[in-house]
Amino acid sequence: MSLAGFFQHLVNALSLGGIYALIAIGYTMVYGILRLINFAHGDVFTYGIYFAFYAVVLFLMPWWVAFVFSIFATAFLGAFIERIAYRPLRNAPRISALITAIGVSFFLENFAIVAFGGRAKSFNPQTGIYPTSFLNMINIGGVRIPVLTFITIGIVIAALVLLIWIVYRTKIGMAMRAISKDIPTTKLMGVNADRVVSFTFMLGSGLAAIGGILWAMKYPQVYPYTGMIPGLKAFIAAVVGGIGSIQGAMVGGFILGISEIMIVAFVPSLAGYRDAFAYAILLFVLLVKPTGILGVEVSEKV
Amino acid sequence: MNTQTMLKIEDLHVHYGSIHALKGISIEVETGQIVTLIGANGAGKTTTLQAITNLVRKSGGKVLFNGTDITHMATHHIINNGIALVPEGRRIFPNLTVHENLMMGAYARKDVEGIKKDLDWVLTLFPRLRERLKQLGGTLSGGEQQMLAVARGLMTRPKLLMLDEPSLGLAPLLVREVFQIIQKIREEGVTILLIEQNALAALKIADYGYVLETGRIVMQDTGQNLLKSDDVRKAYLGVAIT
Ligand SMILES: Nc1ncnc2c1ncn2[C@@H]1O[C@H](COP(=O)(O)OP(=O)(O)OP(=O)(O)O)[C@@H](O)[C@H]1O
Ligand SMILES: [Mg+2]
Repeated sequence: MSLAGFFQHLVNALSLGGIYALIAIGYTMVYGILRLINFAHGDVFTYGIYFAFYAVVLFLMPWWVAFVFSIFATAFLGAFIERIAYRPLRNAPRISALITAIGVSFFLENFAIVAFGGRAKSFNPQTGIYPTSFLNMINIGGVRIPVLTFITIGIVIAALVLLIWIVYRTKIGMAMRAISKDIPTTKLMGVNADRVVSFTFMLGSGLAAIGGILWAMKYPQVYPYTGMIPGLKAFIAAVVGGIGSIQGAMVGGFILGISEIMIVAFVPSLAGYRDAFAYAILLFVLLVKPTGILGVEVSEKV
Repeated sequence: MNTQTMLKIEDLHVHYGSIHALKGISIEVETGQIVTLIGANGAGKTTTLQAITNLVRKSGGKVLFNGTDITHMATHHIINNGIALVPEGRRIFPNLTVHENLMMGAYARKDVEGIKKDLDWVLTLFPRLRERLKQLGGTLSGGEQQMLAVARGLMTRPKLLMLDEPSLGLAPLLVREVFQIIQKIREEGVTILLIEQNALAALKIADYGYVLETGRIVMQDTGQNLLKSDDVRKAYLGVAIT
């Protein structure tokens, strides 16, 4: 493989891994605070794409306004789900919340079929949903890479830096870190814990919307189950990285994206097993380090 | 002496499932005083503080703070009304730095100048914390964590500071230091509700004391009188009655 060829695979891997990372963070943050696996997160990702789609097609917003609108709308959707579905179960057995999360996932998928239709909608730049120039090719040492790939990597990096800044440099981020260790003591600091939980859902869902839009530009369509496979892989990424750890989710996302692309690139005969690699990595990591790469033993919440 | 009531607890009940942990206790804390609540393991001391701050559900009774009914108020509102609880077992945020732990105490406050002043005040009370501001809370020694827990509670700028066994697990020298600091805090105008198993030390600095036994107040008097009481001496001070 030529150096340029390798570079092509590398940027593809980084853009795919970055999208997984953006989704994985939502799983890991919610788990970190509530010890809840939010099965609806993949569907929230799907809704992020729908919001962007309809903002352009129906409400005729310019594409970039539509994308920003979608990020905020999805953030509120995430907080809304928490408010009506999970918060009433805060003191219920954890299995109840888990089953509820699965129920929310089914509901969102079926509601999407009713509201948006079961057939895939095209997320194609020809429809004005994003500039066709994103698909222009850049020639690097003989290989041609679409501008979109670099835009994706840039946006992922910007989003991750912003997230780290929020979590480690702002007051609400400090409360998020505190509450993930000890909810009652955080309340004793005069913190409105529900508000911190809402904010966490908004942050995770907003990142999922960014991931969704980037995903839909790469695989240009959206249908009610779009989020299933990337959602599942991002969940695996979160577990591989160590669920509860934000850095772990990032690492896990990139590991999954890079290995998926690189294995196919180096052993093309395995291309058909592409989706199975994630499970192989998951099994391997769980065997070697059950808490995940950056995970630490978390105590059960009472 | 100022005898305005700051905290008034009336007929407080708490159930854990079928366990009746508090069976109707009434306590009053006067403004400016140190009041102590002593009792053996499992008497219900921690439960009392958690019920006041609504961390556990009350099954009956009433709590008034400076005349305001806080019985059903959300925990964070109670704190922001001026009650701080330094919980049993310190409960430092291990993944936050010492400085961040202190700032968590000031979370709901908006008075930037006041926060700065109070930070300086608690670091003067606990100079050891000053050298460790950048260190993670989880890496402090037990004694340092206890100091951080008290300092963090003070950062909420409470009118009433409730301490749940602040001397637990500390070396004798440190215990003395903690009790001296509690008196210093009171001199700054903070009212104190102190829970202790170290009954001798607690009663020595307390204006008033309550003795809790399996969910009931069995005795109450001034700290001095309780110290002299035979029952208290026998049960809690390990003194043989001659
Ligand atoms: N979460 C809980 N669930 C069930 N029972 C509880 C719970 N918390 C406390 N109890 C019970 O309530 C009673 C009072 O406990 P509490 O912790 O208030 O005692 P305490 O006076 O603080 O004791 P210690 O000095 O050991 O800290 C005990 O019998 C205890 O077993
Ligand atoms: Mg206790």
